[in-house]
Parts: sequence; C-alpha cells; structure tokens
Amino acid sequence: MYTDPRVVEFVSRNFTPVRVHVKENADAFKKLGERFSAQWTPTTLIVDSTGTERHRIEGFLPADDFLSQLMLGVAKAAFARQDYAAAERLYREVVERFPNTDAAAESQYWTGVSRYRATNDAGALKATAQAFTQRYRDSTWAKKASVWA
Amino acid sequence: MANDITWGRDFDAALKAAKDKLVLIDFSAAPM
Repeated sequence: MYTDPRVVEFVSRNFTPVRVHVKENADAFKKLGERFSAQWTPTTLIVDSTGTERHRIEGFLPADDFLSQLMLGVAKAAFARQDYAAAERLYREVVERFPNTDAAAESQYWTGVSRYRATNDAGALKATAQAFTQRYRDSTWAKKASVWA
Repeated sequence: MANDITWGRDFDAALKAAKDKLVLIDFSAAPM
C-alpha cells in the first residue's frame, strides 16, 4: 500500500511517519502497541500533536481505500482541533475523489456535521440527510443521518 | 513528488519533532 506514489506523496506531505515492526523493533512494538492497543498488523494510526489517536486503520487495504482512509484521518484531526472549514473541505474531498470507498459515506456524514459546527445552521444537517437519499443509502451513515431529515 | 517514505523508528521523538504535524504510526509485520 505504501508503493502507490499517491500514498507516498500524501504520507510525506501530511505526516511525520513512524514504522514499528513486530519483529525488527519488538520492544518498541510491545511498548507502543500496548499504549495504543494495537493488536494486529498492519495497524495504522493517525496521532495528533497532543499524542491523541484520531484515526485507526486495521488490516490491509488497496491503495484507493487506504488513501481515502488517510484523508479521512486528516479530516478527523482538523475536526478535533475545531478547524471546521478545513475539516469540511477534507471530508468533501474524500467523497469527490474516492466515491466508491467506505470512507466516502462516513465523510459525507461528517461534511454535514462540519458545516453545521461552522455555521450553526441546522439546514446543513437536513441537506446531509437529503444527500443520503441519493448516495450511500444502504450505509450505516445514512441511518445515522436519517434523524436529521 | 517524493518516491519513498522516510520512516522514523521512535514515536516520542517523532511526536516532539512533528510540532503541529500529525504522526502516522505503522505497526507492521511486512518485510523491511
């Protein structure tokens, strides 16, 4: 998954990357694995500057799915630091660039929440519920958004 | 465009160096 040039570029641009190998770095793996409850490989974590985990990817994913998950994690980190404009832009980018991934439905949900947080306009949530009648209708996120209709 | 990722090994050092950047931790069993 790290062989795809888009993933390499995205990781290099957005993260300080740390690799902990289960055998080659066994002590670090045990220590850090316990700290973050990593119980399987590959497990990929996105951690913010406070040391708080913002997103977790467990198991292998093809490049498009992996990249969309990385973008989702960056969006979640923006949301967590209350940069709702950046979060909305990043969530929207996931939906637009990777519409056929699992991350897209989740991102569509959080696009609406980010807009709502930025504007306090409940119409953003209603519009999101409406959007789920067109796309990702069978997703868990559509069920979650249905209360806003 | 970078053609490879420069991985660190020390999370705490990476967190300190990252400042406002996010840290990506890859728990891996893949051949190194």
